[in-house]
Amino acid sequence: MTKTVTDVVCPFCGTLCDDLEVSVTDDGKQILDVYNACAIGAEKFLHSQAKDRITRPRLQQPDGTWKEISYEEAADYTAKMLAGAKKPLMYGWSSTNCEAQSMGHEIAEMCCACVDNTAAVCHGTTLIAVQDIGLPTCTLGEVKNRADTIIFWGCNPCHAHPRHMSRYSIFPRGFFTGKGHKSRKLVVVDPRVTDTAKMADMHLQVTQGQDYELLNAFRVAFRNEWLPDVVAGIPKEKIIEAANIMKAGRFGIIFFGMGVTQSLGKNHNIDEAIAVTKDLNEYTKFSIMPMRGHYNVTGSGEVLAWQFGYPYSVDLTRGFPRYNPGDTSSIDLLTRGEIDAAFVIGSDPGAHFPISAVKQIAKVNSVCIDPHITPTSGVSKLHVPVAFVGVETGGNAYRMDNVPIDCRKVVDPPAGMLTDEEFLTMVRDRVKKLKGVA
Amino acid sequence: MAKITLNLISGRTISQGVAMEGGKEKDLYRKACGIIEMDDADFKKLGCWKNTNVRVTSPYGTVIVKAQETSQGPHPGVGFIPMGPWANQLVNPNTYSTGMPTFKGTPVEVEVAMDQPILLGVELVQKACRGEV
Repeated sequence: MTKTVTDVVCPFCGTLCDDLEVSVTDDGKQILDVYNACAIGAEKFLHSQAKDRITRPRLQQPDGTWKEISYEEAADYTAKMLAGAKKPLMYGWSSTNCEAQSMGHEIAEMCCACVDNTAAVCHGTTLIAVQDIGLPTCTLGEVKNRADTIIFWGCNPCHAHPRHMSRYSIFPRGFFTGKGHKSRKLVVVDPRVTDTAKMADMHLQVTQGQDYELLNAFRVAFRNEWLPDVVAGIPKEKIIEAANIMKAGRFGIIFFGMGVTQSLGKNHNIDEAIAVTKDLNEYTKFSIMPMRGHYNVTGSGEVLAWQFGYPYSVDLTRGFPRYNPGDTSSIDLLTRGEIDAAFVIGSDPGAHFPISAVKQIAKVNSVCIDPHITPTSGVSKLHVPVAFVGVETGGNAYRMDNVPIDCRKVVDPPAGMLTDEEFLTMVRDRVKKLKGVA
Repeated sequence: MAKITLNLISGRTISQGVAMEGGKEKDLYRKACGIIEMDDADFKKLGCWKNTNVRVTSPYGTVIVKAQETSQGPHPGVGFIPMGPWANQLVNPNTYSTGMPTFKGTPVEVEVAMDQPILLGVELVQKACRGEV
């Protein structure tokens, strides 16, 4: 016999689906199958059951082999590394719960560390733009119930947020959107004919890197002013047609992703996208929302902001928080060779940072807290495997629209394994002693 | 042998996501991310068969990946490597004071490297950090 755990929250992407069902063995120790999840979410639950999983901390030896150590020894090593460093970097935080983030920030404050989350490589530029000009946004529930004009700009939810469209943005029948996808217009802006673009009523195949120009052209089109024949590879007529679709809806939303945040222009692209949204509110109701990647990157921004005042790239080296992306951001700190210890949790910069930054992590003392074997754990001096948040432990996470949702524990972690929060608490207590903090 | 120039972008694919959660040390991750998706027109210019190993070089690094026909095209002149260690050997680390490297829009050269191996994800990063690739 098996039993089913319902209303499970998926700890993969920022959509944070909360309708998963997981069937487990009667003793509640093993996951057998996952229902309602996308392929990636299901794999996350199922891979946690892998037989070859690392269950104890391991220290990398000079010859590249690994020596298994206890969690106590791992906590000692981590505390000594952080307490002894002049400028440690504590990076990641996006694939763990808010409770662990908060505990980590306590350590960071005592060790005068630089704290940064994965917004550094996804929506950091969005956060700069929001600080520049604000963000007219809404919740995903409002999108489901009201939105009839959906713009996906530089994002590909078919691949990156696979259930976003079926739960919120395109297919669901909401209070004022009773006809589901038939009552919605979909416009996709992307340099590739992505699987999302193939579903669209209109696809604007923008020239890569010219999003700013196209966004600016929209603002001109809304005002019926003169436009050149072609802007960013899109003919004038098509821009005007798309602008009219946006103006004609009753409630519209722009979802945007890495296509605009990572291309040249960066925060200025987002500035302009927000300005487009502001302009559209002269004609109809319009919102804008970043498609956040990790399931709790939004939570990390929230916790950092309420504790230190800034959502990412926080520098505590002077004992008080400073924020200056480009100076205090992790990739710049790494490529300039300024940090002397790297602590990574809930993310994989080894795979997702430019290699010149990864080389610096490999050079200094480093600790990687991650349930998986990753490129980061592969180049770190110490790898501490932990329980999967959202699978083997609960905790709070924030959805991409800033709605906090409590994750559920589905099964126990393998015997003797700690959670992020438990391990960080051990490190915090040790750092307190080393620093002589009461 | 011919060389072509492409504008490189990277991003998520669903197989990248599944392979990443399945284990970055595994072969499936290499199959999902150790690739460059190219347009049919660019294959003709390069003069090679689909699924050939190629060397991709940017001003910031070089990597061997498998050239595959794009599933989300046409996009002539644009190359796509799913996000991961292979793409990150090539991207521009300059953040222009935003904290964000320029992951999209790196000019790269692609040439055939039929007999060169594609490394596994963890192995690639370890070797790159030791200066062996």
